Amino acid sequence: MISQIVSAVGVVIAGVFVCALYYWLSDRILQIVFPVPVDNVRSASVNLNRRAMVRPWLFLGPALILLVVYLVYPVVATFILSFYDRSGGNFVGLANYRWALQDAQFRQSIFNNILWLAVVPAACTFFGLVIAVLTDRIWWGNIAKSLIFMPMAISFVGASVIWKFIYEYRGGSETQIGLLNAIVQAIGGSPQVWISLPFWNNFFLMAILIWIQTGFAMVILSAALRGIPEETIEAAVIDGASGWQIFWKIMVPQIWGTIAVVWTTITILVLKVFDIVLTMTNGQWNTMVLANLMFDWMFRGGGDSGRSAVIALIIMAAVTPIMIWNIRQANKEMGGH
Amino acid sequence: MSAAASLRRIGLPRLIVHVSVLVICIIWLIPTLGILVTSFREAGQITASGWWTAFTGAAETSAARLGEPSTARQEGPNYVISGSVFEGGKGGTVRAFGTRVAAPTEFTAGQPADIGNGETLTINEDGSYTYSKNAPFEGRGKRVYLSVATPPSFTTENYRTVLTSQGIGQSFVNSLTVAVPATIIPILIAAFAAYALSWMEFPGRALIIALVVGLIVVPLQMSLIPLLKMYNEIGNFFGVSSRSYAGIWLAHSAFGMPLAIYLLRNYISGLPREIIESARVDGASDFEIFVKIILPLSFPALASFSIFQFLWTWNDLLVAMVFLGTGKDQLVLTGALNALLGSMGGKWEILTASAFITIVVPIIVFFALQRYLVRGLLAGSVKGG
Repeated sequence: MISQIVSAVGVVIAGVFVCALYYWLSDRILQIVFPVPVDNVRSASVNLNRRAMVRPWLFLGPALILLVVYLVYPVVATFILSFYDRSGGNFVGLANYRWALQDAQFRQSIFNNILWLAVVPAACTFFGLVIAVLTDRIWWGNIAKSLIFMPMAISFVGASVIWKFIYEYRGGSETQIGLLNAIVQAIGGSPQVWISLPFWNNFFLMAILIWIQTGFAMVILSAALRGIPEETIEAAVIDGASGWQIFWKIMVPQIWGTIAVVWTTITILVLKVFDIVLTMTNGQWNTMVLANLMFDWMFRGGGDSGRSAVIALIIMAAVTPIMIWNIRQANKEMGGH
Repeated sequence: MSAAASLRRIGLPRLIVHVSVLVICIIWLIPTLGILVTSFREAGQITASGWWTAFTGAAETSAARLGEPSTARQEGPNYVISGSVFEGGKGGTVRAFGTRVAAPTEFTAGQPADIGNGETLTINEDGSYTYSKNAPFEGRGKRVYLSVATPPSFTTENYRTVLTSQGIGQSFVNSLTVAVPATIIPILIAAFAAYALSWMEFPGRALIIALVVGLIVVPLQMSLIPLLKMYNEIGNFFGVSSRSYAGIWLAHSAFGMPLAIYLLRNYISGLPREIIESARVDGASDFEIFVKIILPLSFPALASFSIFQFLWTWNDLLVAMVFLGTGKDQLVLTGALNALLGSMGGKWEILTASAFITIVVPIIVFFALQRYLVRGLLAGSVKGG
């Protein structure tokens, strides 16, 4: 274990050193290959231009290589693999897609994903907005915000253990040690095995993600609320608007853009939700979602890259509109510079 | 005065706001508090009572055997056995007792209970009992079930157990080995790229920025299959394991790269043009400008991203499972916790202590560097809106 720590530290230092060395060395080489002689103005300016042409690519090189190898190429390869059989060796046309359409588990996953998409982003945004408004009005608001924001630092697996303990069910006459069942029992209900309760178990899993992500929505929306120009609210107050009206008719419309950003960010996260389902139910009791089904097929029976690729592509397709919107938005911003 | 401050004067009464925020905070905190408290309790107590009773003491159900019939003495018409139910065991306070395992709280302590068959049993709070019958006792000593209140007690034993015998200690080191390089390497690479995209003119710049923005949202799932195939082929070709730390460092670096470049470019392109121009006029090369001016000035953005990346790599399960494998020595903390959930389901003393060890590092990072985290979030999100 000690040797592992030492080697890890060594690797960190070596890695940083190699990275730095690359940038430094490539810059040196550039200066040697395209020298700038003091006595020859023409060749000096030509070489300066050449350096300016090459240098961006030296700076960008490592990043571009990583992006292409780990993201661009795999997207293309996954698309191609979706037309091949389980080993990726034989072309099977649309067979994997046909399989997906008829597979009960796949349909279940789509249904559950839609459920997640309908509930989680809305709940997070709503709670986030409410908490942002409330905490902005009290002196200990920042402490409250910190506490609500904290689950964001907790891993999905850790959060799953935390919540599994809340949902814990103990049979027979044993004392209920799960908080939820204890509460249910205290108010006269009978304890349930929450995570295997058909259909509703999805919502118990969603609660975990809402618990984690509400803080994120709160932080962003709180900043947006603070950015609202004071005059607009003053004017509404003078016109005799109530607090409720000011919130819905003056404040919310002005932060509409930020709400959209929060919503889409959480939507993307929900589409990729994997750890929570894996650790809570592993897709049992009709809780399967696409990311877990995809992982399952990657390794099930030695792995089926074709079917797995189809499922990944569905997730990708769902993300694509957001991606296009983001790119447009970024282009617009750069045009404005 | 902020918008919220002016709303303060109109909307809901103050008190309601305070109370509702307090309630929300408690709801948000309770889940984490639950495992924290549980991780310090003894296994027996965890299953005997909810963690919320930990500070008031738990009611534990235990069994005891009363004295053998041979120890009975005759008092008038009755035969009596007396003694203490705590003989040879630890003490406590008896709250209730019963003669059937299903009903350990049938009778209140201190009051004589008619347990049928002409037998009367009294068990006092201090454990002493009087067991009498109107006929001679037969068979073995009677078994009784007790509900014993034990004083609150806490232990660090669970942590010792999981750190040594459950492999959590090893996984902790593995997690660090994965997360630290996977945080530092992408920052360096992304910072150089962000500088090039901000302050250097070259054809295709806009295209690369669009590519980076597009790649931010590409789901990890799209990359897994081809990369796994590629790693296996490289491993086979060189005759080494396809699952290595170097492999996962590069994977994490690449997956964090689009967001890193985007965040850093937003920041670096906003630095004042005069500083960079004047450095150029003074004859500094781009490399020098980057190292001596850009890097120090971009510290807040670098800090923001490194917190993101650290939290993300430390908390990641999927990438580690695919690229590092699930062997016992290779498990990172999240993987180890996931494995324990399978093998130790219901053993909450193990699970809660392990869970707390996995979340303690990110929580420290979170509270120490929250400012930078918030700043990074705002830079990454509000800008798009």
